[in-house]
Amino acid sequence: MHKQITMEQAVDMVKDGMTIMVGGFLGCGNPHRIIDKLVEKGVKDLTLICNDTSFPEFGVGKMVVNKQFKKIMASHVGTNPETGRQMNEKETEVILIPQGTLAEQVRAGGAGLGGILTPTGVGTVVEEGKQKIELDGIEYLLERPLKADIAIIAAQTADKFGNLVYFGATRNFNHLMATAAEIVIAEVEEIVEVGELDPNHVVTPGIFVTHLVNGGAN
Amino acid sequence: MDKNMIKEFIAKRVAKMLKDGDVVNLGIGMPTLVANYLPEGANIFLQSENGFIGVGPAPEQGKENMNIVNAGGQCVTILPGGVFFDSATSFSIIRGGHVDMTVLGALQVDEKGNLANWMIPGKMVPGMGGAMDLVTGAKKVTIAMEHTAKGAHKILKQCTLPLTAAHQVDYIVTEMGFMEVTKEGIVLREINPEFTVEEVQAATEATLIIPEDMVQMEV
Repeated sequence: MHKQITMEQAVDMVKDGMTIMVGGFLGCGNPHRIIDKLVEKGVKDLTLICNDTSFPEFGVGKMVVNKQFKKIMASHVGTNPETGRQMNEKETEVILIPQGTLAEQVRAGGAGLGGILTPTGVGTVVEEGKQKIELDGIEYLLERPLKADIAIIAAQTADKFGNLVYFGATRNFNHLMATAAEIVIAEVEEIVEVGELDPNHVVTPGIFVTHLVNGGAN
Repeated sequence: MDKNMIKEFIAKRVAKMLKDGDVVNLGIGMPTLVANYLPEGANIFLQSENGFIGVGPAPEQGKENMNIVNAGGQCVTILPGGVFFDSATSFSIIRGGHVDMTVLGALQVDEKGNLANWMIPGKMVPGMGGAMDLVTGAKKVTIAMEHTAKGAHKILKQCTLPLTAAHQVDYIVTEMGFMEVTKEGIVLREINPEFTVEEVQAATEATLIIPEDMVQMEV
């Protein structure tokens, strides 16, 4: 088993038309090196699942500016005016999802659940077209799981089995997305030998991670 | 009061509501200022929906870490005793009723406790981010905002913009007063002595309930 691949090999795995999950929150915890290479490669017609579209010059926001998405599923796009422009001009389909719902949809996708019931969005436009289920007098929306062809995520350190340790607020969607895609590429700052990570500190078990790319220090 | 004094006044009044041990989520913008006026000696756990508890002040210049940011993407610090977690845990805290109070701004709020603060159709569609979950799940929802938008009513009989959540708002704090949303309507609990009841009512579309024990708003 050899999970470490080159940046070029990682980028080659992302094909036109794929559904791609990208970890991060306003760029914090985006896999920046892989994103930069995907911008260079110009892979297109992707469906993006990400918390947000960051800023035009930062992280996944650069791929929006480069018009690489046909559809975007996110909780917030307000920090990237280009997403709003593409949405208004109907160039890109944008589906806005409450952040907690998005997190649970990804978690459900990775956890083998058929969906989740959430009170968030009841009485708002978010409930349109969705099944409502009342339990014990409380109304919930049935939200379906999300999965992807590929997830690109970021962490601080990996061992060669793919066990991941994070730093700061970068954990956000990275840990969840590692569970919900066929191919999971983790961009890390350092790859260490098996046994060097304290199992008590590992957040994402390596069995979820199919490939590792050494992105170098941030 | 000028704009900055109004913001400070509102933030100070909101801060007085917080108690030792409270878990609090402050929205982007004016609510963030509440952090500057937390009651002395109290441990208030500020939660940031991007994944931590224990939000501290902005770092000194040159000590910023791009991996420690708040929900607005700005560099912050984490206090001793703080903790980082992923987004599912973050929203378990938020949706699961483990946040004692969330403080948010509003475009509109109405006498049924409905809130609109996430979009203006045809103009501004930034997305709801974590706002819908926060308003749905927090134990108490406090709206901190200027009483009107350049004179236009924001406290209405019924919101006209798309809702963030229905029937969830508990308190409204403005430069004019401290209000509680009840089943009967919006009660003016405290009034800024710079204004008369008539002036506050004129700046409010919803009919305010004026209780006998209304007091002066002090910060």
